[in-house]
Order: sequence, then structure tokens, then C-alpha cells
Amino acid sequence: MTDLLAVAGLRGGYAGTTVLDGVDLTVAEGSVMALLGRNGAGKSTFVHTVMGMLKPYGGSVRIGGRELAGSPAHVVARHGVAIVPQGRRVFAPLTVEENLRVAARGAGGPWTPARIYEVLPGLAARRTHRGDQLSGGEQQMLAIGRALLRNPRLLLLDEPSDGLAPTVVDRIAELLEGLRDEGMTALLVEQDLHLATRLADEIAVMQKGRIVHRTSTDAFRRDRPLAQTLLGVGTQPSGPGGDRS
Amino acid sequence: MGTYLVGALNGLAMGSLLFAIALGLSLVFGMMDVLNLAHGAVYLLGAYVAVALLPDGVGLGVFVLAVLAAAAAGAVLGGALAAMTRAIPHHLDQALLTLGVALVVAELLSLVFGNDVHSIAAPAAVGGGVAVFGGTYPVYRLLVIGFGIVLAVAVYLLVERSRLGTVIRATVADRAMVAALGVNTGRVLAGVFAAGAALAAVGGVLAGPILGAQPGLDEKVLLLALVVVVIGGLGSIRGALLGALLIGQVQALGTTLLPQYASFLIFAAMALVLLLRPAGLLPPRTAVRA
Ligand SMILES: Nc1ncnc2c1ncn2[C@@H]1O[C@H](COP(=O)(O)OP(=O)(O)O)[C@@H](O)[C@H]1O
Ligand SMILES: [Mg+2]
Repeated sequence: MTDLLAVAGLRGGYAGTTVLDGVDLTVAEGSVMALLGRNGAGKSTFVHTVMGMLKPYGGSVRIGGRELAGSPAHVVARHGVAIVPQGRRVFAPLTVEENLRVAARGAGGPWTPARIYEVLPGLAARRTHRGDQLSGGEQQMLAIGRALLRNPRLLLLDEPSDGLAPTVVDRIAELLEGLRDEGMTALLVEQDLHLATRLADEIAVMQKGRIVHRTSTDAFRRDRPLAQTLLGVGTQPSGPGGDRS
Repeated sequence: MGTYLVGALNGLAMGSLLFAIALGLSLVFGMMDVLNLAHGAVYLLGAYVAVALLPDGVGLGVFVLAVLAAAAAGAVLGGALAAMTRAIPHHLDQALLTLGVALVVAELLSLVFGNDVHSIAAPAAVGGGVAVFGGTYPVYRLLVIGFGIVLAVAVYLLVERSRLGTVIRATVADRAMVAALGVNTGRVLAGVFAAGAALAAVGGVLAGPILGAQPGLDEKVLLLALVVVVIGGLGSIRGALLGALLIGQVQALGTTLLPQYASFLIFAAMALVLLLRPAGLLPPRTAVRA
């Protein structure tokens, strides 16, 4: 399988401070890669740098073979990358409809506002409500719907379960599972190990701005000590294999 | 009684002009956190376009031509300001750059037009008065009020109803996120910068028959527009409208009642608003952030 995303030696950060210290990571077309790591490891910085929202200091970001490191976000987006950012970042003063309208381009792909409302009936009921009037779960659905309207080849998801009630997390997991089964390629940053292992084909672990481990999800599930040493899982709300279910 | 009503009409005319001028200032600030201190100079450029193109008693056609010429000149200057400020990373440096442009433009204008006070006549066809409240009131000022209403409706339709308007409001809320959805926000910003500057220059022409043109007017107008933007809420379009109407009235009533304190009243109004509502009367809601 070809790599849809291929990152090599990526360095970056904020105003001269280095956060990403040479990240190497590939995501194969049609697969879901989970990216784990403690708070502050640099996961969000990585996602923003891949998206072009932060300028890298160096290194390579290839999307479908095309070098896009240093390209601005709208160019990266037009090459088929969409982001569901940490904290959701729905446009607070805009209605649900308007939030989706910003993302909708004229031309094609399977995702249209009508289909978004069909798949996410909760959003349809709130069409005319403003972003800041939605619950956290609704905002997350809107952030995902907004990204899907771009009809992306590669979806970047940064902690989609963050701060949401378990039932809501479950609905999001089902939605993402459906996308995966349709062949969506995704990079999923997730602290919830249960969710990450449920959705991902492979798992990578980031520490201090580098990928320190990469394995198949099956191998990761079997290797509890690995998860514990790499992630300090004792401090996480749920263990690998899911004591939540 | 009639005096106050005439004052209120004057306030409405002033409010219309202030809305046209403050709109671009507010939107540019909302989108890129940059205070465009050249905005007053753009206004003055428009006023001098009127001086150059409008000898006394011209026809309406020439007047419309002057409005279009000022709009074009303002758009070019606004586009140039957008390009220059985008090339500079820090907000303070950007503001300083716009201040520099303001000084250069004002100096060039006074080189060309001298330091005299120029008065500009309204077009002959609308230079007269109509009977209002038992007196006569200049037709031209009623037309300025009409322009303000048309502008407010047009801006409302564009900003609230069109996709471009939706993108502009989203860009005020969270510019980086809009870019991540495939929108070239730099181009949106340049467009808003240019359109806002064009409106300020048009404001300069339209205000010509009321305020004339002279050196220093740029700073006065910039200050008034800043007060309007601060009162309404930075980046808020409805706020700019409300602030402009309010300041227009305060200034007109102040001039009628307490001429010597008119400018003091404007700043007192601003202080009062900031005391009660520090974010302005109608602040744009900001994005939910991580
Ligand atoms: N906007 C920012 N400006 C400066 N430093 C930041 C910013 N965002 C994150 N950082 C720093 O970068 C490091 C990595 O943060 P982040 O990428 O958010 O980690 P993670 O997503 O893995 O929790 C942290 O030390 C954090 O303090
Ligand atoms: Mg993060």
C-alpha cells in the first residue's frame, strides 16, 4: 500500500522554541494511524504543522507524494487534508449551517451538507443555532462534519473524545468507525486508549517531539507493559484493552 | 424644538458618514488585530479627490464620478496597505507601518493641495433646501442619510446572507481555522482592507460638502472612527453601525447644546460605554479555542 502521508525529519515549534525534534511518520492510504503520547509531547504541534497552520523549521511533509512542507494551510487543505482540531474550534458566532457553509466548496465528492445532516441528525435539529449554543458533543459533531465537507483524502483528528461524556464518545467512535470502513485515511491523536485501539490499524507513540515507537494495534494490545512504560498509563483514565467496556 | 430635530438629522448624517468610515477599520482590526492608523489619511485622500474634481456647482454625474474615483484610489491604497502589513510579522510593527503611511500620504496631500481650508460645494441639483420642521434643511444631508441606510442594508445582506460574508465573519472569529478549510484568508483580508479603504475614501467625498478638506482632518476623523469602533466592539459590524449612530447624535446634540464641550462629550460617551461594557456594545463573539 502506498503512503498517503509521509513525514520525514520534521522540526517545528513556536517562535524559535523547538517542539518537534525530527518526526518521522507515514500513514498508508486507507488506514488509520493513532498517535499517542503524554500531554505536551507535541502531538497537536505536529498536527498543526502537517496542516500548514504552523510553519516547520525543516523536514518534509508529503501528501500523496507531493511536497507540502511550508505551504500555507489553505494550500494543504486544497490537496485533500482536513483537520478536526483539538478544542473543536467551531465558529462560535456562526450558525451550524454557516459553519458548514464555510467548508463547502462548489465542486464534488460524496459529502454534501445534506448527507452530513443525514449522518448527524443531531446537527440537523440545530441548524439555526449558533456554534456557542451547542453542547460539547454537538460541537465535536459539527467540527467533524465541517472537515468531511472538504471531502478530504486525509483526515487529521486531534483528541475528538476530549472532555466528552462516555455516551457521546461512543457515538463519535461509531461515526469514525463508519468512515474507516469506507476507506478513510486518518491520523488520530487520542489519549483514550480504548478509543484509539478500537479505531486504529497502527499505533505510534510520540515523546518529546519524536516518534519513539510504532506498532500494529494488535501487537500493542497484547503488550500492556509497553503501553505503561511509554505512556505512563497508570495516570490515564482507561487502560489498554478497555476496562471501560 | 425644531432646533433639536434639525440637530438629530445632522446627527444621522454624521452617523451615516461615520459608519462608512469606521466599518473598514473595525473589520480589519477584527480579522488581523491590526489598527490601521492610515484610515484617516485614506478618508482625507477621498476629500481631496472631491476638491480636485468638484468645482462649485457641478452636476450629479461629475459628483458620482468623483465618488467612483475616490473609491478606486482608496481601494488601491487599502490593497497596498494589506500587502505591506502582511509582510510584517508583529502587530505593533504593523500599526507603526500604517502610521508611517498615514504621515506620508498626509504630507503628499498638503504638498499638492496646500494648507488652506477647502470647502466643497454639494452638486447643484441637490444644493438646495427642503422644508422640514418649520425650517429649511439641506437636501444634500438627507441624501447622505439615505446613503447611510442603503449602505447599512447592503452591508447586512452581504455579510449576513452571502457565503463571502459568512467567510468574513468566520475569519474574524478564527482566521487559522478558516484557512485550514481551504480558504485563502490572505486574499479575503486584502479584499476587506481594500473595500474598507474604498468606503473611507467615499466617506471623504460625501463628507466634503459638510466638513470640507484641510490638513489635520485625517487625524480628527481617525479619532472619531476609533471611538466608534471601540464603542461598538472591535470587529463588530452592527457595533460599528450603533457606535456611529450614537457618536453622530452625541456630536450633533453637543454642538447644539454645549458647543464648547462637543468633543469632550464624545470621549465621555466612550468612557461611559467602556466602564459599563468593556468589550463594547455589540462585540463579535470570539471562537471557542483549545
Ligand atoms: N501556542 C503555543 N505557543 C507556545 N508554545 C506552545 C503553544 N502550544 C503548545 N506549546 C508548547 O508546545 C509543547 C507541545 O504542546 P502540544 O503540541 O500541544 O502537545 P500535546 O498536543 O502532545 O499535548 C508544550 O510544551 C506546549 O507548552
Ligand atoms: Mg494536544
